Amino acid sequence: MPITPLTIENGNATGEPDDMSNNGTLIDCNIDELHYGKFKAVRDVALKVKKGTITAFIGPSGCGKSTVLRCLNRMNDLVRGFRLRGQVIFRGQDIYGAKVDPVAVRRHIGMVFQQPNPFAMSIFRNVAFGLRLNRYKGPVADKVEAALRQAALWDEVKDKLRTSALALSGGQQQRLCIARAVATEPAVLLMDEPCSALDPIATRRIEELMTELKKKYTIAIVTHNLQQAKRVADTTAFLYVDTTAGARTGYMVEYGPTQAIFDNPREEHTKEYIRGEFS
Amino acid sequence: MAAPIKAPTAATTEIDLEGLQRSLRRPRTLFSYVMSLLTGAATIAALVPLFSVLYLLVVRGSAGLRLATLRGLPPAALTAGGGIGNAIVGTFVIVAIATLLSVPFGILGAIYITEFGPNTRTASAVRFAAKVLTGLPSILAGVFAFAVIVTTTGKFSAPAGGAALALLMLPTVLLTAEEAIKRVPSRMREAAIGMGATPTQVVTKVIVPTGAPAMLTGVMLAVARAAGETAPLLFTALFSNFWMSRTAPTFLPKTLGDLMKPTASLAVMIYNFSGSPFENQIAMAWTAALVLVSIVLIFNVAGQALAGRSAD
Repeated sequence: MPITPLTIENGNATGEPDDMSNNGTLIDCNIDELHYGKFKAVRDVALKVKKGTITAFIGPSGCGKSTVLRCLNRMNDLVRGFRLRGQVIFRGQDIYGAKVDPVAVRRHIGMVFQQPNPFAMSIFRNVAFGLRLNRYKGPVADKVEAALRQAALWDEVKDKLRTSALALSGGQQQRLCIARAVATEPAVLLMDEPCSALDPIATRRIEELMTELKKKYTIAIVTHNLQQAKRVADTTAFLYVDTTAGARTGYMVEYGPTQAIFDNPREEHTKEYIRGEFS
Repeated sequence: MAAPIKAPTAATTEIDLEGLQRSLRRPRTLFSYVMSLLTGAATIAALVPLFSVLYLLVVRGSAGLRLATLRGLPPAALTAGGGIGNAIVGTFVIVAIATLLSVPFGILGAIYITEFGPNTRTASAVRFAAKVLTGLPSILAGVFAFAVIVTTTGKFSAPAGGAALALLMLPTVLLTAEEAIKRVPSRMREAAIGMGATPTQVVTKVIVPTGAPAMLTGVMLAVARAAGETAPLLFTALFSNFWMSRTAPTFLPKTLGDLMKPTASLAVMIYNFSGSPFENQIAMAWTAALVLVSIVLIFNVAGQALAGRSAD
């Protein structure tokens, strides 16, 4: 079925029957090959993101975990020379299909980046940004408050909504970016190492937030912090780099419930990686 | 007393305190001191021309500066009174026309070469052309506007002068706007795209608002430069001893017909009167110069102030 236009008035389309078909699979990702120009960056990644869960991508640097994440809402379209062989099925439709508008895809699949990236505007306007993009006509202030509460930031900023977002601390900025992303109630939230620029306390707050948010949103996260994956993720995918024949191509080694990946990894690479990090 | 710092030997753990004291006898300290003096002296030397010009302008120009001067028409030779009112209005009108012509093209062009077609041949051609155009002798801009507008309309006019100035403003506006857009952090661009903004929304809602202060600075620089240009106006707007509209000093001409005739400007007035043999006209040129510099200064300060309050 076609991706329905975003209607914030009715909340997101969580009640759609398609979300519940296929055992609750919301995104079915099948990457055969992914190229940046002549460089083959990723091959053979196949996984299913289930609704209402947190899926973590782990693996060494350069294994293409961010690249895979960015495939899920077509952020890679911005990279010159990007080509994908494969499919990413979201609610029964391939988001790389010829008729699909990448802009519409990104309104359903939001993103939180590694570096907090608030706009040089007030806190309020940052959160209202997505609503304004969609020409939301309802009570913007209520939506902004709700989003800030969901991001556990409301109490800290409620008295200074009109001040610049750039004056907030790093952790607050990142929670603001989460508030901005959830304000339009997307179905999926992609997080690309959202805590790597933050201190441990801010990191812990974001992790608590993620477990809170998964009641309402489906989350996919890239992290190089294995403990973090263990703490928050329901499902974990381990990616590794294939350096044979002088190439550096990332591929998925293993994928399954987080506990199984950490306690009983089936593949040798996974064992080594997890042991190396913990011993 | 200023012994060179001794290399610490294994036996001595005490630090040679004398070596820590500042002393001009040490070559490095002396060199640093002399260089500091030199940079200070060079700064003062660079400021001398600027302040002497300003000083001279105030001394000579303020004598004739009164309200009647700001509202009067240029004086004939050997008469008392007169003023620079029509030249002030003319300068504003011509520069406004030049701004209206150059700013939209300059900023939209900058948006294209940075956001929509950054690696295209068009972009590099535009960038190259703009850089060449910055070095264009201003008199050639005048010749161009003369050939294209004055000869086709058959009249010297404010729009012809404005077009000549626009040609000089365009590259400055375009290149500074390009720099302004490039300095918008790419993570803000990514954030907007990740929110599902269309390319147009990325530009109008993030890039332009974020880069606006720097763009405004570029526009102000271009305006300031254009207001002081004389050569491009000499055979485009020419000069006039009368008001633009036939009636009283209304600040905006009521009809376009009023624009299509020779128009006075402060720059050309200074040029004409400073070469005059008559005392009263030379004095008027000084006054006009003081007013012109003040206008440019006010514009710059206002631009900076506007740029300062960027964040909402």
